[in-house]
Amino acid sequence: MHDYIWLIPVLPLLGFIINGVFGRWIPANLKLPAAYLATLLVGTSFALSIATFFDVLNGGSFDTQGYPLIQSGNFQVNINFYVDQLTAIMLLVVTSVGFLVHLYSIGYMAHDTHEHPNDHGLLRFFSFISLFVFSMLMLVLADNFVQLYIFWEAVGLCSYLLIGFWYTTNNVNREGKQFDISPRAAGVKAFVTNRIGDFGFSLGVMLIFWNFGSVAYSTVFDQAASGNIHWQFGNITWICFLLFLGAMGKSAQFPLHVWLPDAMQGPTPVSALIHAATMVTAGVYLVARAHPLFALSPNMLVAVAIIGTVTAILGATIALVQNDIKKVVAYSTISQLGYMFASLGVGAIVAAIFHLATHAMFKGLLFLGSGSVIHGMQPTGVENPQDIRTMGGLRRYMPVTFWTFLLAALANAGIVPLAGFWSKDEIIGAFYSAGMDRNAAYFVFWALLTFTSFLTAFYMFRLVFLVFFGEPRWKLAPATAAATSGLSVAAVADAHSTASPEGTHDAPGTQGATAHDGGHGETHDPHESGWQMALPLVVLAVPTVVLGFLIGWPPEAGPIYTFLSKSTTLGVKISDEAANGPTTQTSILLVFATIVAIAGIALAYMMYGRRSNLAQRLGTQFKPIYNLFLNKWYFDDLYQWAIINNVRRLGTALWWFDANIIDGAVNGVAGLVRVSGGGLRKVQTGFVQGYALAIALGLVVLISYLSIIAFSNIH
Amino acid sequence: MLTQSATNVIENNTFNFPILSLIIFIPLIGALVLMIPGLFKNQAIRVFTLAITVLDFLVGLTLLFGFDSNSKYQMQFAEHIEWIHAFNVNYHVGIDGISLLLIQLTTVISMVAILAGWSSVQKRLREYHIMLLILQTGTLGVFCVLDLFTFYIFWELVLIPMAIIIGIWGSDNRVYAAVKFFLYTLVGSVLMLVGIIALYFAHQNLGGGLLNGTPYGGFDWFVLKGDAPQFDRTFQDLIFLAFTGAFAIKVPLFPFHTWLPDAHVQAPTAGSVVLAGTLLKLGGYGLLRFAVPLAPQGARDFAPLMIALALIAIIYGALVTLMQTDLKKLVAYSSVSHMGFVVLGIFIGTQQSVDGAVLQMVSHGLLTGGLFFCVGIIYERLHTRDISAMGGMAMRMPIYAGLFTVLMLGSTGLPGLSGFIGEFLVFIGTFGTNPWVAAIASVVIIISAFYLMWMFQRVVWGPAKPSSANFPDLRPWEGVGLVTLVLLAVAMGVYAAPLFNVLQQPDHAIFTALTTNGTELLAWMRHLLP
Repeated sequence: MHDYIWLIPVLPLLGFIINGVFGRWIPANLKLPAAYLATLLVGTSFALSIATFFDVLNGGSFDTQGYPLIQSGNFQVNINFYVDQLTAIMLLVVTSVGFLVHLYSIGYMAHDTHEHPNDHGLLRFFSFISLFVFSMLMLVLADNFVQLYIFWEAVGLCSYLLIGFWYTTNNVNREGKQFDISPRAAGVKAFVTNRIGDFGFSLGVMLIFWNFGSVAYSTVFDQAASGNIHWQFGNITWICFLLFLGAMGKSAQFPLHVWLPDAMQGPTPVSALIHAATMVTAGVYLVARAHPLFALSPNMLVAVAIIGTVTAILGATIALVQNDIKKVVAYSTISQLGYMFASLGVGAIVAAIFHLATHAMFKGLLFLGSGSVIHGMQPTGVENPQDIRTMGGLRRYMPVTFWTFLLAALANAGIVPLAGFWSKDEIIGAFYSAGMDRNAAYFVFWALLTFTSFLTAFYMFRLVFLVFFGEPRWKLAPATAAATSGLSVAAVADAHSTASPEGTHDAPGTQGATAHDGGHGETHDPHESGWQMALPLVVLAVPTVVLGFLIGWPPEAGPIYTFLSKSTTLGVKISDEAANGPTTQTSILLVFATIVAIAGIALAYMMYGRRSNLAQRLGTQFKPIYNLFLNKWYFDDLYQWAIINNVRRLGTALWWFDANIIDGAVNGVAGLVRVSGGGLRKVQTGFVQGYALAIALGLVVLISYLSIIAFSNIH
Repeated sequence: MLTQSATNVIENNTFNFPILSLIIFIPLIGALVLMIPGLFKNQAIRVFTLAITVLDFLVGLTLLFGFDSNSKYQMQFAEHIEWIHAFNVNYHVGIDGISLLLIQLTTVISMVAILAGWSSVQKRLREYHIMLLILQTGTLGVFCVLDLFTFYIFWELVLIPMAIIIGIWGSDNRVYAAVKFFLYTLVGSVLMLVGIIALYFAHQNLGGGLLNGTPYGGFDWFVLKGDAPQFDRTFQDLIFLAFTGAFAIKVPLFPFHTWLPDAHVQAPTAGSVVLAGTLLKLGGYGLLRFAVPLAPQGARDFAPLMIALALIAIIYGALVTLMQTDLKKLVAYSSVSHMGFVVLGIFIGTQQSVDGAVLQMVSHGLLTGGLFFCVGIIYERLHTRDISAMGGMAMRMPIYAGLFTVLMLGSTGLPGLSGFIGEFLVFIGTFGTNPWVAAIASVVIIISAFYLMWMFQRVVWGPAKPSSANFPDLRPWEGVGLVTLVLLAVAMGVYAAPLFNVLQQPDHAIFTALTTNGTELLAWMRHLLP
């Protein structure tokens, strides 16, 4: 694969060029084939990624030269293709989920008539996701920090374009009041928030260049490993902090997490691919990739662990009370990303990467399942097909979606023996070990993360019970539906203000569905999705179940540890435990984690699975806390008040300053000249032609005069 | 009288043909032909002018084949003709890599500018195109000339047609803007003229100056560059200020920038495209070619001030841009911010930062020129520049929206497009000199994303308004113009290596003047970094 490695990213790029640049000239009957072609190209990349995986399976890495991009003095940037064990895993994750999401999107986006008939929505969509897959692959294949940064920005661009995909949607209710951020505003918010992180990332890259004299991984990591760094500026903690700032933006870590929930305004396949499985894990990849640097900065690692843990709790608490199916899954993503960073912080790199891979599968599945539910809910004519208060009993209508969603929910909740259980347990276990071996303070993290996994199990099954179990609620009035669903009083109160009209919220194929149903007023029951959508669900369910077994027993002897220990930069060592077999401690922790998860599910069942008013009572009783969670800990409001408003004020003040003081001074001087030169006023005709003519004449006279002198001086 | 051998060591002409003069004067010849009454009418005027600019572009391309990146000569394609013997005034042209790139930019922008006015300009068609062609000759002349006297003539040659274009073919308040543009830049030019004359006499005081044993002119760039280090410090400071006055206004550098928004808003589309595309680069080029090498100690003394002003321009310009409600004014203010990088890069004076400054100039010409074209396309259809009156252009004009997207993203400094290369190099170069300056300047990547995307969200995205119901998508000439700029911006972003090839022979005068010295007054900041 060494010589053909470039094909892996270039094939999706081809898909982008075909659909994006030439899509306009593709005749209508070939649009669907063009979308299939893009899918096939990503599928081919997946096959090539498997081949690449086997190339490095038994150790080793390779770096295929591409071409030079920047050559300015000793600042040299090349576009290269570097593959080691970490890259190989990322390639598999990106191309597999990328391929399945492409396929799924054919079903999901085929009837998208959101736009003007002249604007080819389907191909625009496929061009963007193909461009994303290309950018993400180039990101993980980079062999230097600048290439990483370049494609880091590029995936952010694709995210921006895809969040704002439905660029005309306003999200206003019947009264004309904005009830949620519009997709286009969400796109801008995502990009700008990411730029805050990238601001740090780019400074980190500069710091690396000026201290290591290179941006290539190999040079930087070799120097870091040898400890022979000539520090010109800053120190290792600054570098790690700045790089981590970038990771926090991209991976939606507290306090830069605010963009990810709003990113759900994009089409659901995008949420699955970009905002769950791949792009948002780029931050985890960055920290793992730069491990030789982070390893030198224990303080920064603790900070990473703290940020990760805080984010995990924050995301889980907000997910408890959301009523939008995608928002619940989005906050769950934030929370799970927090787990990954916590894991990196405690030094459990394998667990972090493993959780990245399993999470990509089960969270991708959860999002695709949500999309299937939203798609299926549209014929019912509910105001907002994403509102879980109007669902219920869907397992009878959408069996494939139900069973696959259930498996993914179990995995996310951490139920044995699904993938999410093993990977999450590894993370929590690492903190327990750190508490035993290093510092008792790590037990605090362990406790918090264990409590969070209780919350995780709870909110996942709140979702499952409300969506798939109970009585169908889409025929009921919103208030009644909410009451029947067992949601709290407060939720009922805002049911009207948050419901969207005519299903424009996230409504692919709304118009098509309406036409299919034969006009207004008539509603139908939800339906199962077509094969393009159902097949990816079933396929993703397989790794959701079996991927966990890669961990092996005891974990440190399993395939995933063995594989990643072959990477030279990750610093993974097979511990003594592998030799000695599983300890009692490991086994007890496993049982304990399972009990915690089952307790969460049990509580969800008591509150939402059975008819009960427990949720309502709790919501009323703990109203301040409920409101805190419902309002996302007020972060958006805080930023609006503290940052955006002040930047606006500053901009307004500076604009006034510019127009009145600076320009005022210019005009003042001009006026002064005019007054003092009153005698010349007759000369000033006020027409610029006059001035121009005068200058032109003056120049002619000057040149002529000089020429005359010149000629008269010759002999 | 100068012998040819005297200049052999510093310049050559592999073509043995006055290629630069040809490039410079093709547009002027075209303008003279247009002046023949009754020869061309209406559409024929446009076609003829476009043909002239295309011809100039094609002739300009030959430079790329003849240019030797590894040349031992400082200036290539040189021509040297004696003009006024008594004052040692010569017609002396020659280019290095910096000039080469800016010449290519000028010929491209000139073609696009003709297309930008293809349908929007209807009155006094002949005079309009004559002005654009004279403007092109003036601009190309400045980028080639190596004699200060001739330089001043070309410099003024740019000023007049631009003022006339704004004053006659502009919007409602055009006369105010034209007078302001004219007087403001004229004040700078006069200062520079004083500086040029002072240099001439200073050269005489040094004994007439010798170049390889031969007496040589006091207006010649090579000679004065050689003299420069011998001038005393106060004199150098004054010379630097005199030149920089003219160039800072042209760039424009804070606080001399207020003519720019007025000029842009009032200028016709082609005027704005040329103004942003090439005219502002005269300022940056002047700093690089004249102000710094001819007064190295002056540049050293004022580098901290220039860096501070550039930083203010970058951040202040971006913040003011944030609040603009007029689409054209928004793009104009963003120019203040983007051109700040050019000044910053030049006065930091490291290899990366100067390369970055040059590439930022080229990139800004393509991207902002393109953005002004996009503004003009909307204005021609909607007859307003008010952002709140726009919306949903993506629905009405999808091809336009696609190209606008690329230009907008390039302007935010997105990698893969030309803006990133220049900006990032300036950051990298600056960081090595003073990390805090780089950190402050980097804040702009957040603000620029904010103002450009917010603008884009309101103009191109959103529901379409009824007022735009019958808008046609790009007409052929608009399409060709925008696609040209977009393709160049993409090409420069993904494969910049050839540009670095051309720039690998830097003018050492710039670096020797400024490297490590731009930080003297700012060095105290460094100890803040742990």
